[in-house]
Amino acid sequence: MVTSAAVVAGMPEAVVELLNKALVGELTVIDRKGHLRTDPLIPFWDGRYILMTSSILFSRKLEDIKRNPRVSLSLSDPVGIPAESFSRATIQGDARVIDDDLHRGWYRLLPLWEAKEPIIKTLLKPMQKLGLPLFWERAIIEILPKRVLWWPDGDTARDPQVTDLREAVA
Amino acid sequence: MNLGEALSRLPDFPHAVLVVLDEGGYPLSVATSFRVVDGTVEVTPASLGQSAVRDAVAAQLVVSHIRPYPGVGYDQRRYIELSGTLSVGGPAWRFAPQAARGWDEQDLSFPELCQRALPQARHYLAGLSAERGRPVTPQMGVGWRFFLATRLPFLTATIVPVLLGLASAAYDRHFSPGLAALTLLGAMAVHLGLNVANDIFDTLSGVDAANLTPTKFSGGSRVLQYGLVSLRQMTALAAVFYGVAIIVGLVLVAISGLGLLWLGVAGVLISYFYTAPPLRLVHRGLGELCVALGFGPIMVLGAYFVQTGHYALRPLILSIPVAILVMLILYANEVPDRFADAKTGKRTLVVRMQPAVVIRGYVAAVAVAYLVVIVGVVFGVLPWPTLISLLTIPLAYQTWKGLKAHYDSPYQLMSYLGKNVSLHLYTGLLLVIGVLLGIIVRR
Repeated sequence: MVTSAAVVAGMPEAVVELLNKALVGELTVIDRKGHLRTDPLIPFWDGRYILMTSSILFSRKLEDIKRNPRVSLSLSDPVGIPAESFSRATIQGDARVIDDDLHRGWYRLLPLWEAKEPIIKTLLKPMQKLGLPLFWERAIIEILPKRVLWWPDGDTARDPQVTDLREAVA
Repeated sequence: MNLGEALSRLPDFPHAVLVVLDEGGYPLSVATSFRVVDGTVEVTPASLGQSAVRDAVAAQLVVSHIRPYPGVGYDQRRYIELSGTLSVGGPAWRFAPQAARGWDEQDLSFPELCQRALPQARHYLAGLSAERGRPVTPQMGVGWRFFLATRLPFLTATIVPVLLGLASAAYDRHFSPGLAALTLLGAMAVHLGLNVANDIFDTLSGVDAANLTPTKFSGGSRVLQYGLVSLRQMTALAAVFYGVAIIVGLVLVAISGLGLLWLGVAGVLISYFYTAPPLRLVHRGLGELCVALGFGPIMVLGAYFVQTGHYALRPLILSIPVAILVMLILYANEVPDRFADAKTGKRTLVVRMQPAVVIRGYVAAVAVAYLVVIVGVVFGVLPWPTLISLLTIPLAYQTWKGLKAHYDSPYQLMSYLGKNVSLHLYTGLLLVIGVLLGIIVRR
């Protein structure tokens, strides 16, 4: 879990808290026809990038990101984000798919994943993996945040605090 | 998920995420409250700061839910994605949905969702292969692929009848450890050859691809569907197993006599034509009978003959309960497979019969299996300690209850299919122990 303001490259601390606690966020990508496509995914924060992992079984979003890297992530669900003080955020950014090693490459996310979903460790035991082997062939989605909208008390009828990260992450 | 169904479920979610494209070409999402009104959705206006929300021809409204499960993860996953148009202005914005997509794990289990997504996984791997100029395939260690492709744990179905034949021969004062080992090797080779050949022919006929609810007990090994093993590798594997089986069989015939040849030939033919054309016995409702014969009398009598050089009534009677119980493994495993089987013309007994009849058939078959042991003991054909096999009756009862309660729920049925496999294993092993105890109590 990364919380130090020094390493979050301008990401508001409250949003870092949301990213570190979120069990689900809604990732929107743009498909080949220019239509929006949204999937719930578990987000992780490594201090510079928002990271997610997707099985090749559900890889349409990966194909979409390869064609158009512009994405948006909504952190909005008070149940799925058990943060101490609830707020809401939307993060826009440029995403990259890392799929050079589908079998083991995503294992670098395991410490972050296990912290949020401890059962993953059990599901990764060889006998367990045999049941759904393709689910464990996975790519990493790495999002470089560009703009953050944050609603301190979760009330989106009010103006959000907007942080432009384009210079910070350049 | 159709639009009407999606709209009817929308009020179950406390908030939605509205998504539009911003002026910079990025998706922009914001949480908001909503209510469904006459097939459209009234959305509470949200503030996006300086980014004003305008009427949008392409917008989305997304709802999702999970239940956190502290220390474990989460469950109750469900989401709905509505695509449509957005009109802003006035006290409430109006979202007109045109299409819906979604998933609720209480309606569609996650394993089934994964099976339905297999074409997408193959498409992605094909794209990567084209991009890199070399095949990109899923990875798994050779040992695990072998384990999966051969369905190794099901070897108990072979080990039990062979042990029973050997125990029966020992009861009649014949036992050669070397021949016993060779018999076991040959029988296991036939069984593994059958498992692999079954996958090959079920893949070629489309049965396994049509099955979206495979379990670890049914629906084949799936190694071909997952791209873990090629058809050529599977064919080679089947050829190796059948080759070993034929060589071992011929050696045993040479040692034990021609009387074994006919039994061996019948075993190999049943095993091969179980799914292979032109006979495809399993497609004709004869699969259960084939399995009963192959893993019952043929194995038990074969193992007995190798040791003694003749056939006898006792091993034949002993083979009947294990034949019935092994048949019931297949029979119960056909329950979750029945829709895929029916689609592809695999007319198994379970496909042909009504659920109530299938369940009554299960009870009747189990009753006959135990009755044969009791009658065998009463008439002095079986040693009385074989009655310990009746200790598995509670397991049979549990399996029947589970089959009845979860007939239409493949994944809830799975643990009872496991109990059904155990029923064959434990009953068979208790029969072996009973025969061996019979040797002791006879002295």
